[in-house]
Amino acid sequence: MGDTFPRGRVSVAGAATFGVGEMPGHSTIEMAGKAVQLALANAAIGLSEVDGLFIALPDDLFAGLSLAQYLGLHPRFTDNNRAGGASFMSHLVTACMMLDAGYLDCAVIAYGANQRSSGGKLSTPARPDRWDAPYNPMYPLSFYALAAARHMHQYGTTREELASVAVAARLWANTNPEAFAKGPLTIEDVIASRLISSPIRARDCCLVTDGAAALVLTRTDRAKDGPQPLVPVLGAAAATWYNSVTQAEDITVTAAAESGPRAMAMAGLAPGQIDTVQLYDAFTINTILFLEDLGFCAKGEGGAFVASGAISPGGSLPVNTNGGGLSCCHPGMYGMFAMVEAVRQMRGTAANQIAGAKTALAHGNGGTLSAQATVIFGNAETV
Amino acid sequence: MSGPGAEWDAALAEGRFLLQRPVGGGSTVFPPRAFAPGTGAPLEWFEASGHGTVYSATWIQRKPPEPRYNVVLIDLAEGARMMGRVEGVTPETLHIGMAVKARIIAGEAPIIVFDPVEQAHG
Repeated sequence: MGDTFPRGRVSVAGAATFGVGEMPGHSTIEMAGKAVQLALANAAIGLSEVDGLFIALPDDLFAGLSLAQYLGLHPRFTDNNRAGGASFMSHLVTACMMLDAGYLDCAVIAYGANQRSSGGKLSTPARPDRWDAPYNPMYPLSFYALAAARHMHQYGTTREELASVAVAARLWANTNPEAFAKGPLTIEDVIASRLISSPIRARDCCLVTDGAAALVLTRTDRAKDGPQPLVPVLGAAAATWYNSVTQAEDITVTAAAESGPRAMAMAGLAPGQIDTVQLYDAFTINTILFLEDLGFCAKGEGGAFVASGAISPGGSLPVNTNGGGLSCCHPGMYGMFAMVEAVRQMRGTAANQIAGAKTALAHGNGGTLSAQATVIFGNAETV
Repeated sequence: MSGPGAEWDAALAEGRFLLQRPVGGGSTVFPPRAFAPGTGAPLEWFEASGHGTVYSATWIQRKPPEPRYNVVLIDLAEGARMMGRVEGVTPETLHIGMAVKARIIAGEAPIIVFDPVEQAHG
């Protein structure tokens, strides 16, 4: 057995973001709480009906408890699973199983952070482990740099190809009112930006912004009666291979090579049947690694794939249609924002709506390319 | 009795770079464990040769005037991988695939660093 998933039997009833970009004067729990309120209003579900809380916050080890207190609820279950930016896709796995089993009736997944207003630097309690720490790697940046350097060595991936990921993200962001970073950005701009940890330069890095997001999940039979277009969850899988990517057998292959195929098998879909991909682009190398590992191009061909324009507006595989972590927002653990954009694409309400899209993949990454989780959403036609 | 991490620290303080392998053979283990990852097999210590090759490398440039420095991943000859630093190299001379040898810098917090191994010229 294993990997039995209630395909299509749980759906997203509500979705919302709050304070994307800059929202000074708010704590993380206030940000998350506001997103929950907006997502419940979006679903036309009352606060008192929520019986499962799923959350990770950057600054609160007991975030599940804090959210119960803040919302004034006595939930049947709280989950503070911390798999970095993949936490929320992992939360969704648990929530779907518990909803389908009837343990829960209404689950909320939430995140909120004030990274920009509270200092403008990525704030995380995570650190390199004691075996890596003596060498002073930048955490998490240098770990991604080591993967990028090896990918360039092993496959001939070029500096320009990495830069094309940031350019594609900016093109999407330029037509998304919610996106934080707008304006022209060229491959030359990216390559001329400040070197931080080679080969990664400043414009290869995600933004540091504020932002909160929440999803409300119910069984599909209830969501069908809600005010929003139906967005069923077709598959969801989490994969964890280590904490430090130092321990990877091949640093150019991530656990997305496991989570992606498992989630697609649950959904009964192949990569060619996915209409849009929202993935956690903490650094430009991420997009290349994940598109390869998820099966959208062969290993080693990700650089050429992204440089071809395939992932840009008008391309064959629209990726990070909100502008991603590179140009839309990145309040720390980005996973929620990839899922909300996927839901908006399935509802037909995205700022950069892909006409006719029926399936959307949202992929989260946590730690140093350590934890990977993939969720596949559909629309009413897919169930 | 100490855990394997503390045993490794104690050996390093005495100038010895230890690795582990399953009793009776199998893949080299690092960082130290109480048992072999994946199988649970018992482990024994042995002294590393110190030989390795650079698997990946990055140069970190903090805000000037702080000097740049490198962080590397080393594939040890015995089969495990560890983070490290290569001394006496520049971005022009440090490269993936470079042969290196471990050296222990003694002190309050002893650390393993790597030096390039002179390649025979032919």
